[in-house]
Amino acid sequence: MTVEVRGVTRRFGNLAALDGVSLSVAEGEFVALLGPSGSGKTTLLRVLAGLEGTDSGTLHIAGRDMAGVPARERGIGVVFQHYALFRHMTVFDNVAFGLRVRRQRPPAAEIAQRVRRLLELVQVPELERRYPEQISGGQRQRVALARALAIEPRLLLLDEPFGALDALVRKEVRRWLRGLHDGLGITSVLVTHDQEEAMEMADRVAVMERGRVVQVDTAAALLREPATAFVAGFVGDAARLPCAVRDGVVRFDPLPIAPIAAALPDGPATAFTRPGEMVARRGAGEAQVRLVRDEVEGPARLVVGAGAAVLDAVAAPGEHFARGDSCLLSLSGAHVFSADGSRARAG
Amino acid sequence: MSASLPAGRGARARAIPGFRATLAVTLLWLAVIVLIPLAALALRPLELGPAGLIASLSEERVVAALGLSFGAALLAALLNLPLGLLLAWAVVRLRFPGRGILDAALDLPFALPTAVAGIALTAIAAPNGWVGGPLAELFGWKIAFTRAGVVLALMFVSLPFIVRTVEPVLRDMAAEAEEAAATLGATRAQTVLRVVLPGLLPALLTGFSLAFARSVGEYGSVIFIAGNLPMLTEIAPLLIVIRLEQYDYAGAAAVGLAMLVLSFLLLLAIELVQRRLRRGRR
Repeated sequence: MTVEVRGVTRRFGNLAALDGVSLSVAEGEFVALLGPSGSGKTTLLRVLAGLEGTDSGTLHIAGRDMAGVPARERGIGVVFQHYALFRHMTVFDNVAFGLRVRRQRPPAAEIAQRVRRLLELVQVPELERRYPEQISGGQRQRVALARALAIEPRLLLLDEPFGALDALVRKEVRRWLRGLHDGLGITSVLVTHDQEEAMEMADRVAVMERGRVVQVDTAAALLREPATAFVAGFVGDAARLPCAVRDGVVRFDPLPIAPIAAALPDGPATAFTRPGEMVARRGAGEAQVRLVRDEVEGPARLVVGAGAAVLDAVAAPGEHFARGDSCLLSLSGAHVFSADGSRARAG
Repeated sequence: MSASLPAGRGARARAIPGFRATLAVTLLWLAVIVLIPLAALALRPLELGPAGLIASLSEERVVAALGLSFGAALLAALLNLPLGLLLAWAVVRLRFPGRGILDAALDLPFALPTAVAGIALTAIAAPNGWVGGPLAELFGWKIAFTRAGVVLALMFVSLPFIVRTVEPVLRDMAAEAEEAAATLGATRAQTVLRVVLPGLLPALLTGFSLAFARSVGEYGSVIFIAGNLPMLTEIAPLLIVIRLEQYDYAGAAAVGLAMLVLSFLLLLAIELVQRRLRRGRR
């Protein structure tokens, strides 16, 4: 199902949890809403599900205006952050719930058959007689997914669904869930604060900041061309460097980093560099190597002290450092944003 | 998990050290506070002999008093279930001015001397009282000095038990479960019937047991409003007091024993239902 959000605002008291959000999701697409806590991503998900109202703006799902359509009539599958399983029901009854509350309730045999098929789909057929408190976090998540899928939604909403899983299981479940999305041909929206998760699972990532969607793009495009300083700082493992631009040259004083060219107006600016973009060469300078970590492949990673600042850098090709060596720092590239928001790729 | 536990005398390590000492203290306490007095209560009526015990308990007045005490206590607890649930809901889920005052007022029956409650209830429910007067005039209903009065007094003293047992469970019950039900297509009524109430059922039953247990033994508030007519509005605890005043200790203990056995059976039945409900829960 297509999702079309236009200019949606949602206020809680004085705080705008959503501030003029627009977003469109294509049929069959997997979109992640990525942002720090408080950026409004969960609120947006709840608006899509019909669990939260809006103060202004429109929402169309599959072309239909959702104003005044309650959650129960939207037919959208939702997997909640803490799964929200019904504790007094067995796994079977949990999954069957969406079928049993239908106005035209299918016969019991059909319900049973469909529940079993769903439990097999999420790979926990053996759990049907258990209660939610008797199964593990990962199993609960699968049951919650089966329950959401029971109503055969064309749109699936996932609110931080991996939060309660340990790192190892998380990675595996991510791939499995993405496979499930592709297999079922549904449209999915995932809320997460974990950029790795968003970038690995989603076709496109919508980065949210303080109630706004600031950029919607593929993972590669977000890394290559961050639209704002916030995106540049939030995605990738970027370091933030204060700097100043004059006559098309970016200077990092007082940091001992070589100036770099960028086509930006004069004035204060902020540069963002990825870990590999800060390069250390041998030479007498203010910067001093504090730690060296040799890598199996590629250059050694360094931690460099420069005055009060501590920077991550890599050794220039063919050069070796020991702790205490002094070095010269330069950038092989950076995203630079001037105070007025204009942006340039330096180097 | 196959991690080996530190080998001790027992095969399994226990969470609480000093199992024996703990058990000894617990049993001693239980014996002094509960078992010995109850044993005395069980032994005393035997002075009457089996035939005498049966005769003492099958007096019409005793049967009527026991019937009233248990019937009114059950009815009061039953009527308090929906009322207590409603009040707990209001305190937990609704935001309105005066909620704090309502919350505090709910505990008053705990704190008030029951005799004071009895006198107050009698004053308003009597034929010349604020509530009793209009009711008598408009409908011809009488509350004070009737069985309805007994039920009213018992409802008053036992209401907080239901509210306070349901309240924490309701507070704990995530709104997420209700939202999940809504996204799955359930109407508000279906959500309440299939999700909220079943979730609250164990707490409601516990509240019911507590309210019932409190009501069966209630004395102070009832004797003022009941009128205490033998065979009609005389409760079993009052009958015990009356027999004690007549130095019929064995007879008093016999009524007490009957109450004890009946209460125990009822509470046991409720506990068994509870167990079934708790299946699969920790």
